[in-house]
Amino acid sequence: MNTISKEILREMYKRMNEARAFEEKVSYFFARGMVHGTTHLSIGQEASAIAACMALNDDDLMTSTHRGHSQVIGKGIDLNKMVAELLGKYTGYCKGKGGSMHIADVEVGNLGANGVVGGGHGIAVGAALTQKMKNTGKIVLCFFGDGAANEGSFHEALNLASVWKLPVIFYCENNQYGMSVPIDKTMNIENVADRASAYGIPGYIIDGNNAIEVYTKMKEIAKYVRGGNGPVLVESKTYRWLGHSKSDAQVYRTKEEVETWKKKCPIQQLRKYIIENNVMDARELDEIENNARKAIEDAVIFANNSPNPPIESVTEDVYA
Amino acid sequence: MREMTYKEAINLAMREEMRRDPDVFLMGEDVGIYGGAFGVSVGLIEEFGEERVRDTPISEAIITGAAAGAAVTGMRPIVEIMFMDFTTLAMDALVNQAAKMRYMFGGKAKVPMTLRCAGGSGTGAAAQHSQSLEAWFCHIPGLKVVVPGTPKDAKGLLKAAIRDDNPVVFVEQKTLYKEKGMVPEEDDFIIPLGVGEIKKEGKDVTVVSYGRMLPRVLKVAEELEREGISVEVVDPRTLVPLDKEIIINSVIKTGRAVLVNEACKTGGYLGEIASVIVESEAFDYLDAPIVRLAGLDVPIPYNPELEKAVVPSEEQIRAGILKVLNR
Ligand SMILES: Cc1ncc(C[n+]2csc(CCOP(=O)(O)OP(=O)(O)O)c2C)c(N)n1
Ligand SMILES: [Mg+2]
Repeated sequence: MNTISKEILREMYKRMNEARAFEEKVSYFFARGMVHGTTHLSIGQEASAIAACMALNDDDLMTSTHRGHSQVIGKGIDLNKMVAELLGKYTGYCKGKGGSMHIADVEVGNLGANGVVGGGHGIAVGAALTQKMKNTGKIVLCFFGDGAANEGSFHEALNLASVWKLPVIFYCENNQYGMSVPIDKTMNIENVADRASAYGIPGYIIDGNNAIEVYTKMKEIAKYVRGGNGPVLVESKTYRWLGHSKSDAQVYRTKEEVETWKKKCPIQQLRKYIIENNVMDARELDEIENNARKAIEDAVIFANNSPNPPIESVTEDVYA
Repeated sequence: MREMTYKEAINLAMREEMRRDPDVFLMGEDVGIYGGAFGVSVGLIEEFGEERVRDTPISEAIITGAAAGAAVTGMRPIVEIMFMDFTTLAMDALVNQAAKMRYMFGGKAKVPMTLRCAGGSGTGAAAQHSQSLEAWFCHIPGLKVVVPGTPKDAKGLLKAAIRDDNPVVFVEQKTLYKEKGMVPEEDDFIIPLGVGEIKKEGKDVTVVSYGRMLPRVLKVAEELEREGISVEVVDPRTLVPLDKEIIINSVIKTGRAVLVNEACKTGGYLGEIASVIVESEAFDYLDAPIVRLAGLDVPIPYNPELEKAVVPSEEQIRAGILKVLNR
């Protein structure tokens, strides 16, 4: 039986579709060489990122990753500023200085996507320390990948957060690969979550392609963490449909494997759930989808009409 | 000689050394079937297998630490750190371990390891994937530092680095990977570490530059040549050990020096090169203050126009040369 409100489901479906439309647009831009640099798309991982963010309070904090578009859209973001940043415009979140890999909105608790694998672990622990010391009641959602779980910072972060009982959810989006290398070649355990016991904290495994499961479990987990019980490690099993970054021939995996996962499309699964539980009908959902696509088109227009950063801004915000 | 790209030259150097010496092996993130993030190790796993071309977990600290450990016990590892920016995660292994062992243990240990990494901006990869951190390594006694600026130098210097019995940081330049040049194919073609090269002879002014800035400097030098200004371009190729003589002699000849690199100016290696000049007999020959052209002291921004504005442009190099000539 469905226990999630229509408003939440509507918003979740909307954000997942916005993320998909955003990334399809980014992919299109890159394929035509219209954007500089590189990008890491999370198509196929929308539920994992978005439902997790939505299970937390709006004023909770998060750290995001290089594969962070869905994560920041999940947190709630101004799409105009996001597209503008991708296009390097002055109206973007980082005034054109960050790009795809560094979308941040510190004012709303989005402490930034990170170009360094594992770079968010320390930031999340510190942010959680602030919440504890200032007794804010807020918690921190720390996104990272399966690959990042092999950086030293992961181990040091879990240990410290555990002994200091810090309010942080270490949220591993296990998409089975770190770039070209499958997880079974980089760790000798079945699940990243198995590592939780080494730090004396709870570990959970969730189906990252099932938005309902992600949302429901994360609600409980957030409550536990907010209750002052210390950190947890959550492993969300999912899969990225596209290459690691813009240039990836994907020789390390089979088309069949990708196809199998595409059948578990998180957006389609949520759609089916919403219809089967009579929350909304197909027409309503189609409208949300169309609006999501339109929102991205509008954001592209906004970005295209935005100024480039003035050259003098290259030394803006430099203090040392 | 065969024409090949900078990246093919590096690939060939690794291939030849791995064929020659079974102790040489490569480890790093995605160096296997993916062929390295920049495609530098393409084909190596097919030739040498997974035992000698090792895909690692994303763990820069242990990869580099393990290289030091393997090196001190008889292997000759090559480590690839995908972006120079991530050497930050390997600093203890490199700075406190690898660099120190030989001296600290009374000369009894040797650490023949090569750490390859890709440095520099110009690819739109922003602040955490674009840095030029070579000065850090130069500051550490016990590390050799190489920054090749041409395919030929890349091949000859990497082979020297691999054969060297000490840790070498080999800084590849992302934006040069696809640059072509003639490269000797002989197996014994080696460029010794610590030997610079005059990339273009001239008599009016010396420009010392290396790495990514080198093609830019050479282009400006050719243009100025046509305008009657004779520019000598000196490429130290290795920053440590530094071929001081080639720099000093050139400045004695021309009496003027312009130094160009991409890295941030403050605390950068150009300051060291300038000091080498003024501490030497070349000081007496200087007809004008030394001009340093370096990157701005800012993180590398994403927007392409801002990104370009951060490093010396051809126009700025030209202006710098004219300035030192009082023109
Ligand atoms: C410290 C560091 N090492 C290497 C890289 C290059 N790199 C970027 S993403 C990536 C794979 C990350 O894998 P994972 O953590 O599983 O995240 P995913 O890309 O699968 O989302 C690598 C190796 C990096 N950005 N930072
Ligand atoms: Mg992964």
